[in-house]
Amino acid sequence: MVTAALLAGPSILAAGGEAVERSDGGVLAAGAWLIVLVPFIATLAITLFGKRMPRHGAELAVAAVGFVAVYGTILLFATTLGDGIVYEGALKIGEFGSFEIEWAWVVDGLSIMMFFTVGVVSTACFVYAVGYLEGDVRPTAFFASFTLFAGAMLMLVSAANLIQLLIGWELVGVSSYLLIGHYWEQKENSSAGMKAFIVNKIADIGLMIGIIIAAITVGSFTISTIMERVVESDAALDDVAVVIAVLLFIGAMGKSAQFPFHVWLPDAMAGPTPVSALMHAATMVTAGVYLTARMFPLFEEMAHEALDLVLIIGAITLVIAGLLAIVQNDIKRVLAYSTLSQLGYMVAALGAGAYTAGLFHLFTHAFFKSLLFLGAGSVIHAVHSNNMTDMGGLRKDMPRTFWTFIIGSLALAGIPLFAGFFSKDEILAAFNEGGHPIVFWLGVGTAFITALYMTRAVSLTFFGKYKGHGHPHESPAIMTVPMMGLAVGALLFGFLNVPGITDFFYELVITRGVSAELLGEHATSFDFFALFAGLTAGLLGIALGYRLYYEDAATQEERDRLFIPVLWPVLENKYYIDDLYMNGIVNPIKGPVARFINWTNSYIIDFVVNIVGAFTRGLGRFVYSGLDQRGIDLAINEAGAGTGYLGSKLRYIQTGKVQQYAVALFGGALVLVVGFWISIT
Amino acid sequence: MTIAQFLVLSAALFSIGIYGVLVRRNAVLVLLSVELMLAAVNINFVAFGRYFADSAAGGQVFALFIITVAAAEVGIGLAIVLLIFRNRASANIDELDVLKW
Amino acid sequence: MDLSVAQNWFFLIIALFMVAASLVVVISRNVMHAALMLVGALGGSAAIFILLGAEFVAGVLVLVYIGAIIVLFLFGVMITRVPIGRARSLDHDNRWPAAAVAIATFAVLAGSAVAFFGDEEIEGVSAVRTSDIGATIFERFVVPFEVVSFVLLAALIGGIVLARKDPES
Repeated sequence: MVTAALLAGPSILAAGGEAVERSDGGVLAAGAWLIVLVPFIATLAITLFGKRMPRHGAELAVAAVGFVAVYGTILLFATTLGDGIVYEGALKIGEFGSFEIEWAWVVDGLSIMMFFTVGVVSTACFVYAVGYLEGDVRPTAFFASFTLFAGAMLMLVSAANLIQLLIGWELVGVSSYLLIGHYWEQKENSSAGMKAFIVNKIADIGLMIGIIIAAITVGSFTISTIMERVVESDAALDDVAVVIAVLLFIGAMGKSAQFPFHVWLPDAMAGPTPVSALMHAATMVTAGVYLTARMFPLFEEMAHEALDLVLIIGAITLVIAGLLAIVQNDIKRVLAYSTLSQLGYMVAALGAGAYTAGLFHLFTHAFFKSLLFLGAGSVIHAVHSNNMTDMGGLRKDMPRTFWTFIIGSLALAGIPLFAGFFSKDEILAAFNEGGHPIVFWLGVGTAFITALYMTRAVSLTFFGKYKGHGHPHESPAIMTVPMMGLAVGALLFGFLNVPGITDFFYELVITRGVSAELLGEHATSFDFFALFAGLTAGLLGIALGYRLYYEDAATQEERDRLFIPVLWPVLENKYYIDDLYMNGIVNPIKGPVARFINWTNSYIIDFVVNIVGAFTRGLGRFVYSGLDQRGIDLAINEAGAGTGYLGSKLRYIQTGKVQQYAVALFGGALVLVVGFWISIT
Repeated sequence: MTIAQFLVLSAALFSIGIYGVLVRRNAVLVLLSVELMLAAVNINFVAFGRYFADSAAGGQVFALFIITVAAAEVGIGLAIVLLIFRNRASANIDELDVLKW
Repeated sequence: MDLSVAQNWFFLIIALFMVAASLVVVISRNVMHAALMLVGALGGSAAIFILLGAEFVAGVLVLVYIGAIIVLFLFGVMITRVPIGRARSLDHDNRWPAAAVAIATFAVLAGSAVAFFGDEEIEGVSAVRTSDIGATIFERFVVPFEVVSFVLLAALIGGIVLARKDPES
């Protein structure tokens, strides 16, 4: 059965550009099916034997994703140190007449990047989960679903054909349902799982129809065949390319929680925190971005209208989700809306034709966002509440969580030298240079908002006075060590793609069966305008956040106690200096000047700050309650209620009288016979 | 003799059996009607066996199989009817509507 | 149907009798009449089998059906206390949909039989020897035969399990 057929091998499908000789990766790529198979086998083993194991199957789960991480890292080095691996392997599974069923996997730069990201982030989350789920009600079920989740994502990213991609896609959906509803004893948790599943399913209709149209047009489900047609500018494919692209993107919108399918993601926070970390960083939500990137040549060459749709959807999502994040009190919800907003950046980047920038943000975001989630989980673990009003002042009690969280926040806010800075800057540069001024300013504005809500989250959580119950203490090493590992990624991985200096990441993701010309624009130098706009926005956001939550009336008392000690030495020093001038110069004129400054301060500066703050919060509230709760949620609730009403009426058909059923049975059979008879004569 | 006359006879028996199955309240009588339908099928098998001049008598063998299976069916069917009667003091199937909405 | 052939006269008589008997089975208000008329209808089908040269099947039908199954039915009738003698409500009230379905079924089956086979004759009757049937069962159909024997065994055990009273109750 193991007849690994070399399909593409060292393939060059260069269209115009200079041909780059790629290696087929040898045994390393030919054995990459293990990456997919090992998690599935582990899932099976955990299901069967997990309960009898000392750690309830967690050891198997960690071993499986650890294997994936190691394999992914080896592949990453193999492809970047060599000429780049492009390989498609296939195992023939069955044969029906002329139709062959095979399990095919693709090993190229894009999938290796995903193997690495999924593997490493999963390993961190899994190790963390071992500590987080200590004493959980059903750890075996959790680890089985969690491993299945990782395996499904790997199946999705390794898929060489669309059917396999769809299988992975749906398995991700199923396992996310299991994980979100892990604590199903509370109804809202299982409802959240169902909501995620159903919203995804609705979007999947688009994906499925898109796949069918693509396969009928091209005559093959294999992605590389479709890409060949794109390169050849096949007329038949060109006719329907926009339809296919839009339908595939609808599927991607569901998984990547783009407006208007974003409603499931905040509710998905009902799952245990390691799930949120993995789901919102490396897996599931990145699936849509991955799909768009995988099919990118189709969008770029044949379906530019669809690319505009991608850009618009991404831009809408990044703004509305960012605004929503400001008014949330649940720390995981802040991060969830933040994830939405960052996914908006990725999608919009792809829509603007910046293939590398979008994927690079996916890559860096995977590390710092999972880090933030794990940090939030660590806090929740200590405080036993998701609510930021129950937190505060935790930086003393949880120093490791605090510092790693700070690194993640700075990376998210786009502060220079942290990973998020480089990726966000490249996206903003792409908007700027791609001639999308509106999207560019929306992106800059959201950079400001991002910095604002992260400052808010950090100050409410780690500064001020502790407002919860009990005494919080630092999480065990099994939870903090994975966070530190991810923090290293959030610190360093930005340097993999500094425009004009390093192109490691660019070289990696363009290592594909299609030539780099088809894979969008790539910045080769800094766009200093975009850089400063983004940076200024980020710093302003932090400043305003500091200012607002310093002035926040509800927490004024705690804030005073926090900030006066911090500022005290500075004030005191000033006094020493001022003391020198005080009696000579200052005293005669200090009264009017002080009054004037005080007046300016309280009537002009505060006024501006308060107006901006109130406006931003009001806008956030409006989007949350007006658009999100009343508009989108209402439509979904009404659809549900309608189905329920129809069901309550239709059920009376089921009378329980066997003979009525039998009349319908025989009558139906007769109708079929007569219909068939008519149709053949 | 034409083949059609046997098929029409069989169709008549089968339809009468269907009527009985659909209209009888008592489970024993429903089973009786099912026997009528089986008899109709048997006639079809034997007649087609002749019509295709099957020297190995496949049609007749299948009629025998049907008779055997019918015997088993009646045995089990009556046992179930008996059980229902014991539990509900009635063998009327229109009163067995526990599975409604 | 060529009425100059004596066989066809026999067929017609038997067929009319069978239809009449089976109508009594489904219409009669008396359970005993229904059960006994089933005997008549099955006896008629045994006669049809003989007409078709299938004596062995006819014999088995008489022995198994009329000898055993009908007796079983009569036991069933008596044990479940179906009102013996004329009863008011052996049928339920909704007869017309059932009658319509039955008539439509007959129309479709009979119509298709006539439409597809028309006047095609069954070639001259020559009886199949019982030894041929035996050979067929144990050569071509030996696996189905064994399967059927298991079905009977399962039915036997199932009947016992179902009908036996629970020792606790």
